[in-house]
Amino acid sequence: MPNTQNEQVKTDTSFEENYIDENVSVKTNKTKEFIKKFMKRKTAVAAFFVMCFLLLMALFGPSLAPYAPEAYDYDNILAGPSASHLFGTDQYGRDIFSRILAGTPLTLGVSLSSVIVGAALGTVLGLLAGYYGGWIEMLVMRGADVLFSFPDILLAIAIVALLGPGIVNVFIAVAVFTVPSFARIMRSATLAVKGSLYVEVARSLGCKDGRILFVHIFPGTLQSLIVNFTMRIGSAIMAASSLSFLGFGANIADPEWGAMLSLGRSYLSTAPHMVYLPGLVIFITVLAFNLFGDGLRDTLDPKIK
Amino acid sequence: MGRYIARRLLETIPLMLIISIFVFMFIHLIPGDPARTLAGVEATPEEIEAIREEFGLNDPLLKQYADYMIGLFKGDMGRSLKSNIPVTELIWSRFQFTIQLVCAGLVWAPFLGIFIGVMCAIKRGTWVDLGGMFLAICGLSAPGFWLGLMGIQFFSVKMGMLPSAGLESWKSLVLPSLVMGTGIMATLARYSRSSMLETLREDYVRTARAKGQKESIVMFRHAFKNSLIQVVTILGLQIGGLLSGSVITENIFSIPGMGRLLVDSISFRDYPVIQGLLMIFALQYVLINLVVDVLYGVINPKIRLD
Repeated sequence: MPNTQNEQVKTDTSFEENYIDENVSVKTNKTKEFIKKFMKRKTAVAAFFVMCFLLLMALFGPSLAPYAPEAYDYDNILAGPSASHLFGTDQYGRDIFSRILAGTPLTLGVSLSSVIVGAALGTVLGLLAGYYGGWIEMLVMRGADVLFSFPDILLAIAIVALLGPGIVNVFIAVAVFTVPSFARIMRSATLAVKGSLYVEVARSLGCKDGRILFVHIFPGTLQSLIVNFTMRIGSAIMAASSLSFLGFGANIADPEWGAMLSLGRSYLSTAPHMVYLPGLVIFITVLAFNLFGDGLRDTLDPKIK
Repeated sequence: MGRYIARRLLETIPLMLIISIFVFMFIHLIPGDPARTLAGVEATPEEIEAIREEFGLNDPLLKQYADYMIGLFKGDMGRSLKSNIPVTELIWSRFQFTIQLVCAGLVWAPFLGIFIGVMCAIKRGTWVDLGGMFLAICGLSAPGFWLGLMGIQFFSVKMGMLPSAGLESWKSLVLPSLVMGTGIMATLARYSRSSMLETLREDYVRTARAKGQKESIVMFRHAFKNSLIQVVTILGLQIGGLLSGSVITENIFSIPGMGRLLVDSISFRDYPVIQGLLMIFALQYVLINLVVDVLYGVINPKIRLD
């Protein structure tokens, strides 16, 4: 008897090993296939490299800046782009290129972190709404409807109006207006996965709701989550810069890109580079995230083009 | 059709009620004592108490909400803390400027957007498609405030062709309209393209081709008309989005519309005006969506039967 049991255990173990091996190789193949498909989209690949460059700029930019962002040079006030000041200087003679580098962690950090927080909240709410239905779904979806009734930046402005100006409040505002889009998308994705056979099997094996939701359903909704996440970063950068431009975000003296542009508008006729260049950086950043998001969406789900 | 419209109208009522609660709670969500915030830093306890009385902050919350709703139905949204003018009057005086801007954006952007999208779909995979879609994604990624300021610098400061501020003549609408419309043009170009491509795969398009119809008739009578159904929904959402675009545009071009009023009111912490504007913006957005839904029902009878 013990021998038979041992054999049984051995067989089970080898089955599990084979199963895991197969699973790993399927996953590797899928990843390879995804990379192969993605590499065919040249603009998306280029956007990916720009994004990586921007993230590196956020990490190391401030230390690589040729001048300190607050270094005043009154002999070079409002100077145009030159070899010593690549992007020119502002009304205090501060080097705009160095300020853009120093402002990268601030601008990208606020946008990225707010989307991460908004996405996490929206995902949990969407998963719960889609899985449990009933009053939870009603509550979450009506809440999303209310937030959707205030178009994009207006909601962020309303939140800043409530909490007061400041970069932390911009982070909260952008996170809040990110939540409903994730809640909606994740609810639909959950509804689509909820009826799958493997979820039924997990339930019949006695898995708890939490495990079914986060171990079985959540991975099935990852595609929608990743695509929406990338797409929302562009909007978040735009919203955060818009709020700073309006004077509700970063302190006007901070090297935040939107705030720099806002400062430059008073010198539009004498030093247009103060507006052109920080704006161009915002544009390229948003464009890179949007192009990457488009490429990712087309690769993951070619139907939704 | 009447039943469909009635059903959609009824569906809007609970949403509007929730929005009204949200907007009503706005003053109560101000961190700390709202009466103190409304009265200002240097206010005396008597002044704070007077504010509390004026806004009914001593009453139970439910009574405050009921009073707020009765006021709303009578068109009374309180008075501005800054100018003491009734909020409704203040918003109404600014409304026409914002509407002018929205119309200026709508004059060209949807048409150009749909045209670009359809051309890209017809010429799929060519340079026209690539160029059109690149233009669209650039339009989506360019911040409105940057476009506006560059427009002022080039057309007003350098060329002296267009005014840089105000709304005195049609010329002063050109640059704001450009800023307002760019996003909508870009979005519609992308959606029209994908909607047209989807329609071109339909059986009835294949049948029309098999019947030997001219390609131009297949494209415009069979494919284009049907692809518009999806585009209408997106257009509705975009019109709602234009309202938020007005906040930036009005600030760049110093246009005294509702968006400018909102920014000024936030700077002054004029909460009754902020509350009124939020209510109007949300109401407009919901109404536009309602109109779009009804239009959608008119264009696509299948929706009415659902």
